[in-house]
Amino acid sequence: MRLKKARGLGRSMHYPGRLFIVEGNDGSGKSTQIYLLKRWLEDRGYPVFFTEWNSSELIKSANKKAKKKNLLTPTTFSLIHACDFADRYEKMMLPYLRAGYIVLADRYVYTAYARDMARGCDPDWVKNMYGFAVKPTVSFYFQTPLAVSLDRILSGRPQLKYHEAGLDLGLSTDPIESFKLFQGKIKDHYDAMIDEEHFTVVDATKPIEEQQRIVREIVEKHLTDYELPYHLTTR
Amino acid sequence: MDESKKTYYGAGLPYLKDETYAGKLIVIEGADCSGRSTQAFLLKQWLEYEGHAVMDTGIKRSTLVSGVIDQAKEGNVLGKTTLSLLYATDFADQLENKIIPALRAGFIVLADRYIFTLMVRDAVRGADPDWLEELFGFARIPDLTFYLHMTPEVLLHRHFQKRGVLDYWESGMDLSLSTDMFESFHRYQSLCAQQFEELAEDYHFVTLDGTRAIEEVQETLRTHVSRLIRK
Repeated sequence: MRLKKARGLGRSMHYPGRLFIVEGNDGSGKSTQIYLLKRWLEDRGYPVFFTEWNSSELIKSANKKAKKKNLLTPTTFSLIHACDFADRYEKMMLPYLRAGYIVLADRYVYTAYARDMARGCDPDWVKNMYGFAVKPTVSFYFQTPLAVSLDRILSGRPQLKYHEAGLDLGLSTDPIESFKLFQGKIKDHYDAMIDEEHFTVVDATKPIEEQQRIVREIVEKHLTDYELPYHLTTR
Repeated sequence: MDESKKTYYGAGLPYLKDETYAGKLIVIEGADCSGRSTQAFLLKQWLEYEGHAVMDTGIKRSTLVSGVIDQAKEGNVLGKTTLSLLYATDFADQLENKIIPALRAGFIVLADRYIFTLMVRDAVRGADPDWLEELFGFARIPDLTFYLHMTPEVLLHRHFQKRGVLDYWESGMDLSLSTDMFESFHRYQSLCAQQFEELAEDYHFVTLDGTRAIEEVQETLRTHVSRLIRK
């Protein structure tokens, strides 16, 4: 058998753009934060490209059908999300990065790591699968105590979908109870990744404005040597 | 772990209990038009005559994502990694929902192509071999893997006989090896054969000369299969 090469996320690919991503439990407020970041960057004239989890047009229909019929096992669930990510990555994220844009991603490969591991996939197998993806410039992890994120979700949106509630894990037959246990597992996986994946942890219990101030400060630091793509400077 | 006791190539399906199944998994690999399907058909006839329950399967037959694959191939709109992963998804779906349940029930599963076709196809398109090896680590190790070897020259004539024309994908036109289809077919099929040969040792293929007469090839297959099921 071939000797395994040492590997890590991201080939040594050089690109002139920047990649900022947000991760966190459902209800951590990360989507609000990345939206505010996007507004700020756009207002300041930066070329921004935004993408979110599970949004590839091509894969969407297959994914929806499979989920509705509960046809997915942990492995196929994992693979089909990797397809979605790869499609967006190959067609959008990487080309935009190479063209020098600031790419903002609401969830990145770490969402897959946390969810797939919670579903019982092998951690190394999952990480290998996403080995084609570049490492982000900054990975913001919006960390909350479980009770806080659960309360934000459960007080506003009580209709949980099958996989969203993690019902396929068989933790509980009650959707709400299952969701709580599933989110707890996901939080554990996120917390365990902080050092290894170099997450920048943001305390998501702080006021929205304060979190955004912290995020902007960090992003700004990574833009000091950023150069606008040539064709955009002559506008 | 003892190599001979392994049931999966890599991480496998960790959430399943590691059981030993009563059934057997037999794989036939080879290029398009190498006679795979004919051999699989004949083998099935014979096994059923001998009293074995047989389930035949192939790649890209599951309903999960095959629609997306067809759609994408028509428009040629997918990146290489995405297409690799789609094929892997399709295969995993069949493995877990068809192959493993059949093996558990004591069937002989005859797979007309397995992960190796996918690995070869991806490898010639530049996928990292280690990435592929680990990606397909969820696959169950077959009890027997046959590889029908053929030179591109013979394959060319088989393609003419079977289809009348050269196929876009089977000529590897998406690789831009040559704008000339005849030339591209030759180079693409040579690259694939090379990749198959690289896998042959690592994955313990029984390599057969596919240019021999159908009956002769079948005879050899049956000899190997008899030995397996008499064990």
